[in-house]
Amino acid sequence: MSQSSTMPPATMPLVAIVDVRKKFGDFEALAGVSLDVRAGEVLCIIGASGSGKTTLLRCVNQLVTIDSGAIWVDGELTGWRIDGTKLHALPEKEVARQRLSTGMVFQRFNLFPHMTALENIIEGPVQVQKRNRAEAVREAEALLARVGLADKAGSYPANLSGGQQQRVAIARALAMKPKLMLFDEPTSALDPELVGEVLAAMKELAASGMTMIVVTHELGFAREVADRVVYMDRGAIVEQGPAAEVLGNPQEPRLRAFLSAVLS
Amino acid sequence: MPAPNAAASLPDIAHYTHVPNRHWGRWLAVAIIILLIAGLARAFAVGQIEWDFVGRFFTAPAIMTGLYNTLWMTLGAMALGITLGVITAVMRMSPNPVLQGVAMGYTWLFRGTPVILQLLLWFNLALIFPRLGFGEFSVRTVDVMTPALAALLGLGINQGAYTSEVIRAGMLSVDTGQYEAAKAIGMTRLRALRRIIFPQAMRVVIPPLGNEFIGMVKLTSLASVIQFAEILHAAQNIYYANSRVIELLIVAAIWYLIIVSILTPLQMLLERRFARGAGGAR
Repeated sequence: MSQSSTMPPATMPLVAIVDVRKKFGDFEALAGVSLDVRAGEVLCIIGASGSGKTTLLRCVNQLVTIDSGAIWVDGELTGWRIDGTKLHALPEKEVARQRLSTGMVFQRFNLFPHMTALENIIEGPVQVQKRNRAEAVREAEALLARVGLADKAGSYPANLSGGQQQRVAIARALAMKPKLMLFDEPTSALDPELVGEVLAAMKELAASGMTMIVVTHELGFAREVADRVVYMDRGAIVEQGPAAEVLGNPQEPRLRAFLSAVLS
Repeated sequence: MPAPNAAASLPDIAHYTHVPNRHWGRWLAVAIIILLIAGLARAFAVGQIEWDFVGRFFTAPAIMTGLYNTLWMTLGAMALGITLGVITAVMRMSPNPVLQGVAMGYTWLFRGTPVILQLLLWFNLALIFPRLGFGEFSVRTVDVMTPALAALLGLGINQGAYTSEVIRAGMLSVDTGQYEAAKAIGMTRLRALRRIIFPQAMRVVIPPLGNEFIGMVKLTSLASVIQFAEILHAAQNIYYANSRVIELLIVAAIWYLIIVSILTPLQMLLERRFARGAGGAR
């Protein structure tokens, strides 16, 4: 790690997104997005599908590589090494290491189906972080208890409900001890009666001081938990601010239209 | 409001017995099949076959050696084939265009030519390269390229080209979300393949791979053309001497059937092993 790729953490927000652009073919998914997220902040990103909110989230942990701009996470430039005036693409191993500071929860859970809930959770700590297995198991059991699934350690994902799977997925991400948690529409694939248990686990996590970026359609959750709400449309941030203001007193006509469509 | 009770006006059938469908067609088919088998058995029994020759040569030393050679050649060629197949599939799926090209070229070359031709090429390698190695450290090709080595290379490398496509299909069958989840917990591509993708791909890969394995048992018989002493070659050598052609072919056929019959339940065991966590099992 060269000196110039890092900054003193005190002066930096945990996540700094600077003028990020991304095109998929001719479709401009991100048209110059800048956004800071402070440590301990809970940020909700709302917007219609195709607005670029999921793409932005996936850029933060480099599941999508950006075309231009920069994303700094925990004081470190993601994906590139600064050398004079040149940016060198990081090798795969370095990218994998950088991803360790973020945990991700997916819309479709993406649990490993051939492993039990417990095995899913200890996979990263044991295989990637090379931590002691017994210790990882103890921590995994504590995490399962934290998301209310202490009795499901030995269950395979196929035998868990969607809500239970998503809570295991949250525990799996937390097991890596990330500084930042990314949630990509974590309740969109759930039956309505299962949404509450996942949101409850996320609220508990937010209350514990975890930095969270949540792409969501759950405006109630955003209003209650988010420190800040960001509304995106056509690959750009259109409006942002405290949840009560953005959701309660929207300024932009596009946001008003979106909110009335979602709430009706 | 409760629905009006229609049962009162309908006949009371609650205590009647259920009679399942009678499958008359099946019984008829079984009868016909039994007749055909009986006819076939009789034909073989009264035909020009000396059955005691079949019994006498069934465990002859030459046949036993052939059986041993068939078995280890099957295992060896499949081991080589699966190794090459996995490497080729991973290369083919890699983001590196050079590796992709090499993988595609290999598959094209070895799927594009008959196995028997490849076996003959390996066996006759000495015609192209009389010596193998460099300067002091070289050997005569004919000393090295025995029928066994030529068969192993010919069958294994050819098998690798086919197996790579089976493995690739298995890798493609795993949801892309699994790659992403693996990356999200800090895995590199190769670790994700080993820990997350391959174990899931195995479920899809084992049935066609079992098929290829069974195919290989019989494919080894092609190595008889380059003098590799597998079962068929042994049987032929014996009937060249005693002219009991059909009897010895039957000996070989029975041995092939026995090997394949043992492999099939092994495949089922493997399938069960890799079905862990699938579709609410257990």
